[in-house]
Amino acid sequence: MSRPMGDSHRRFLQSMMSNGIIGASQAKALHKHCCETHGAHYAHDRLDEFIDVINTQLQPMFMNIRKGMSEEDGLQYYALVNMAETDVTRMASDYADNELELFRKTMDLIVDSESGSASSTDILNCADSLQTKKLKKKETEHVLNKFVQDKWLNEKHGEYTLSVRCIIEMEQYMRVIYQDLIKVCHVCHNIALQCQICENPRCGIKMHLPCVARYFKGRSEPHCPACNDFWPHEIPEILRSQSQGSQSLSSSAKENTAPTPSTSTTRRSKRS
Amino acid sequence: MSQRKKASASQSKSQQTNVNEDEMTLSQMTSSQVQRARENFSSVQIDRKVAEVVQFILVKDQKKIPVRRADIVKHVMKEYKVIYSEVMNRVRRTFEQVFGLKLEEIDTKNHIYILINKLEAGETVSMCPGNPKSGLLFVILSIIFMKGGVAKENLVWNTLKKLRVDSGEKHDEFSDVKKLVTDEFVRQKYLEYVKIPHTEPVEFEFRWGLRADIELSKLKLLEFVAELHDQDPQSWTQQFREASASESRT
Repeated sequence: MSRPMGDSHRRFLQSMMSNGIIGASQAKALHKHCCETHGAHYAHDRLDEFIDVINTQLQPMFMNIRKGMSEEDGLQYYALVNMAETDVTRMASDYADNELELFRKTMDLIVDSESGSASSTDILNCADSLQTKKLKKKETEHVLNKFVQDKWLNEKHGEYTLSVRCIIEMEQYMRVIYQDLIKVCHVCHNIALQCQICENPRCGIKMHLPCVARYFKGRSEPHCPACNDFWPHEIPEILRSQSQGSQSLSSSAKENTAPTPSTSTTRRSKRS
Repeated sequence: MSQRKKASASQSKSQQTNVNEDEMTLSQMTSSQVQRARENFSSVQIDRKVAEVVQFILVKDQKKIPVRRADIVKHVMKEYKVIYSEVMNRVRRTFEQVFGLKLEEIDTKNHIYILINKLEAGETVSMCPGNPKSGLLFVILSIIFMKGGVAKENLVWNTLKKLRVDSGEKHDEFSDVKKLVTDEFVRQKYLEYVKIPHTEPVEFEFRWGLRADIELSKLKLLEFVAELHDQDPQSWTQQFREASASESRT
């Protein structure tokens, strides 16, 4: 039997609805805040059970709070996802048809690429060949910005990648659409886009950069975990942001003693 | 998915009537007709329809757009409109039990709904201090309230100017301030922006919108203003009386 839902759960869900996605550390702070606001029993290590209670109630609504790892910083995030239409149509209410087509093309470019990213030049080029309605260069840039703002894409030095929210939400859709093109990470078994690839042609497994960092930590001679060939890539270091993440938790928890943890502080801390 | 579509499509053939006649059908159905219509749908189908309506309203509410019953019927309910009230009752229950939200009909003539937060009045999500837009809105609503419920446009713009928000200039955070205030806030039913009759050149005034009435505690607002002025809320006799009265109504 699942535990009944209380106001603490409802407040947590409301916050998830207005944020769309939050980092694990913010989720922990929010969990505490919600329990304390409504005088509910709070157990710091029971966040996932707390979320399960919400998910049981959300399931008939074809919604779900799901956990996923960011391909960039390796941190855990929680996203509220809609399972009714895992298709891109999920975004349909917010974007015009040609904007959605641009998003699909961008996704194609990213999935096809080795690096798991698409350059703004390539995206601008395919904006010329949209079938629904062509987008001018300026308009395309504007739409791309909107995708980044709405947390569907990430952008760094003119290179666009799929955001963690996008991957969590569209995982099913991507597996259906791209089938064999999609590979999963050998370590965490989630979709792998920005990753390193084993160069043995008979192997070719993929690993996320943060997963690589964690897997090879402290090993002098890295070998592929599947075929045991030498791993020829540079081993990234475990990102510092993990420790920073827990710091920002304590500070944001303090700042937000009053109402619901505000969106803007979390956004700001992410940008900086 | 495709099976479900087929099932509902075949149903739609037998049930199909003009959507525009919806008002008529809704009011003219007798209970036995509803009962018969009800039998055409399996409980799984009805569950699914409830979920779709919930999602539809949530998406609108994210942008704070009020939802019209006609739109719910036209875009989501479709052939299920014969059991409109049953579906809506379950939608209402879901909003309260799962989301802590209340589906409120703010316009009973045109059947317009909004979602309001049921968790602890006064500390609503919309008034979250981290959100600059709600900060601006809160200031404007305060001005109107302190002016006795109606404030001339110029007064509002001038007060905002003192806070370095100039309606004639592009603002860093709000970009087009005038559009935000007179268009977005009005569409969201936080504000009313109406022409003052017999003015030449034309002047406009602001009032509280229906959503503001429901979502905001006037007493909390007065306490906030009083704190700014370092005075007792009761020193504004008229405002205090109104705030207390509206508090006891809810």
